[in-house]
Amino acid sequence: MDAVILHSQVLWLIPLFPLVGFLVAVCAENAPGIVKITSPLAVLLSFLVALASVVQLAGAAEGARLTQDLYTWIAAGPFSADIAFRIDALSAVMVLIVTGVGFLIHVYSVGYMGHDESCSRFFAYLNLFMFAMLLLVLGDNLLVLFVGWEGVGLCSYLLIGFWYAEDANAAAGKKAFIVNRVGDMGFVLGLFLLAWSLAPAADGKLSLDFAHIQAHAASLAPATATTIALLLLVGAAGKSAQLPLYVWLPDAMAGPTPVSALIHAATMVTAGIYMIARLNVVFALSPVAMQVVATLGACTALFAATIALVQTDIKKVLAYSTVSQLGFMVLALGVGAFGTAIFHVMTHAFFKALLFLGAGSVIHGMSGEQDVQKMGGLREKMPVTFWTFLVGTLAIAGAPGLAGFFSKDEILAHVYATGHPYLWLTAVVAATLTAFYMFRLLFLTFFGEIRADHDVAHHVHESPAVMTVPLVILAVLSIVGGWVGLPEHWLWGNRLGEFLAPVTGHPHAAEHAGILGEGALMLIATTFAVAGATLAYVFYVRLPGLPMVLSWRLRGAYETLLNKYWIDELYDAVFVQPYVRISTLLWQVADQQLIDGFVNGVAGAIGANGDVWRRAQTGNVQHYALAFLGGVVLVLAYYVIR
Amino acid sequence: MIVPTEWALTLSAVLFAIGVVGVLVRRNVIVIFMAIELMLNAVNLSFVALARGRGAVDGQVVVFFVMTVAAAEAAVGLAIIIASFRNRSTVNADELALLRG
Repeated sequence: MDAVILHSQVLWLIPLFPLVGFLVAVCAENAPGIVKITSPLAVLLSFLVALASVVQLAGAAEGARLTQDLYTWIAAGPFSADIAFRIDALSAVMVLIVTGVGFLIHVYSVGYMGHDESCSRFFAYLNLFMFAMLLLVLGDNLLVLFVGWEGVGLCSYLLIGFWYAEDANAAAGKKAFIVNRVGDMGFVLGLFLLAWSLAPAADGKLSLDFAHIQAHAASLAPATATTIALLLLVGAAGKSAQLPLYVWLPDAMAGPTPVSALIHAATMVTAGIYMIARLNVVFALSPVAMQVVATLGACTALFAATIALVQTDIKKVLAYSTVSQLGFMVLALGVGAFGTAIFHVMTHAFFKALLFLGAGSVIHGMSGEQDVQKMGGLREKMPVTFWTFLVGTLAIAGAPGLAGFFSKDEILAHVYATGHPYLWLTAVVAATLTAFYMFRLLFLTFFGEIRADHDVAHHVHESPAVMTVPLVILAVLSIVGGWVGLPEHWLWGNRLGEFLAPVTGHPHAAEHAGILGEGALMLIATTFAVAGATLAYVFYVRLPGLPMVLSWRLRGAYETLLNKYWIDELYDAVFVQPYVRISTLLWQVADQQLIDGFVNGVAGAIGANGDVWRRAQTGNVQHYALAFLGGVVLVLAYYVIR
Repeated sequence: MIVPTEWALTLSAVLFAIGVVGVLVRRNVIVIFMAIELMLNAVNLSFVALARGRGAVDGQVVVFFVMTVAAAEAAVGLAIIIASFRNRSTVNADELALLRG
């Protein structure tokens, strides 16, 4: 590896500022006024340090990286692990997304959560999350990444169940944590297997540093590499909400909307994508695993898109949309386009955060209403929210020139060019459905007549500037954010792809493997997207009665989609209920009857034994004297007889 | 005429046995104490008889020790009985079973 290594003194500040922000928020719990300033400030400072570091990196040679080694954490024989950070091309993109979008969401939260009675606790958790996420993306080895991985899982639990007084919220938090744990089990097994199988360095040292993995990945046997990759995929599926471990994400909408925007759209769920992109050398060794990854991504994308078609809660639609878009990213990873997946992470962060914050603005303006069927006509009353939401919708649908267009098209192009026609078709269908359901959401929320109660309708108002300014900034990013990754022969080409290439590799076969050229692909995808949007327009603006008629005519399909294919019920029956039954059995029989019975039984037996022997203790001295005499007689008899 | 040693030892044994039975059977604690004194004196008799029989004097010296101890013990014991009687108003050994388990 001939990469230029620059030593930075400031990388540790990037996770440090949010950690300090967390401590301040904990100490100043009863002074929310202070916390509302320090928490966003901490993230802003992180962003600035990250920006300065990335600028320094960009000025260095291609493939360079900044590292900072804090101290040795584990030193066990030949194996060692340090608390060390790195910023290379991949983590540069991630850290800017995390801190930049994170800062905007912190500012937004000042407005959205400012009047909540536990506002300080919210910002404390949010800053703790930023700390863990930054550990994850800045870690120089797989163990620091894992610490961050677990940390964001914890914070996700804390934030989803933020309003824990409601049982449903607490249950959603638990569900997220437990499902994540299932994924983490796979991740940990993969991590162990990797540490076990990797060849040592020239001086006999073992480690899980990314540099070491990069250098020695080729030493893995194909079967081992496949197993490791599939185990790591289980972890990524849990964190990034792919089939079959996506079920926690829709429930996670029980948390406050800024949480949904930050964690479940822009950052935490992309951790799985980042992890696979980071370990791309391992995945690239196993064509089997790559095929599994690609198929999983495509299936998830389509599956979630179908569910989103009929959901009535504004946040649930966006949640399933997130699962679907993550499926696109996983699909990109599976066909070898690691850099493209990261590109989509970036554009998705912009427009999905925008959409979620916009939804939060709508919910705020509608006095807490989340049911789209009770909305409508908000276009005039909440203009800034409307226009930014429109930009977000256009971006996610893939309107030409906006952010989502370039990243999604690049994914589709790579899928097709690497010879996966069926996956390509699945992705195109999913993209069409995306356009449909997003425009459906837009029309139902902002167009037509308002369908809410009189009181609610009267109270509808635009959100304050502290909430709308981040929306506008994100809208601008959703428009221009895709311009860093233009197709190869357009203007300045794929700047982002070239920047990432030293870390993520060049995707195979940029040449056309099929009969369609890149321009044709773009045209097909865009046409379908426009068709989807137009269909939504017909359904929800022109002929409002049509959806109801169709849902009656196709009620089997409609009910299935509305009930999310009854997957939650299936998991409940297959996994949860038997587990609860076994636990109850263990509790009532094994614990109460057997173990407690045994322990109490021993005590009881000793007591009963004592009750027998205590009958000799009469308290009457003359009885004792008689026993004494008996003993003397026995001793004398012994000596006389002998 | 010198009393044969065996007769004295026999008397001593009988007195001792009476004393033992008295300790075990009688209910009044003062009578129990009297029986204890009886046992001690039976042993004294045994010591003197054997000393006389051997012509030695050490057995007779031991008797002095035993008597001293018996006196002290009687004093202490009676003091305890009086203290106990003040609290419990009884000298019946059966009713003094406070250490019953």
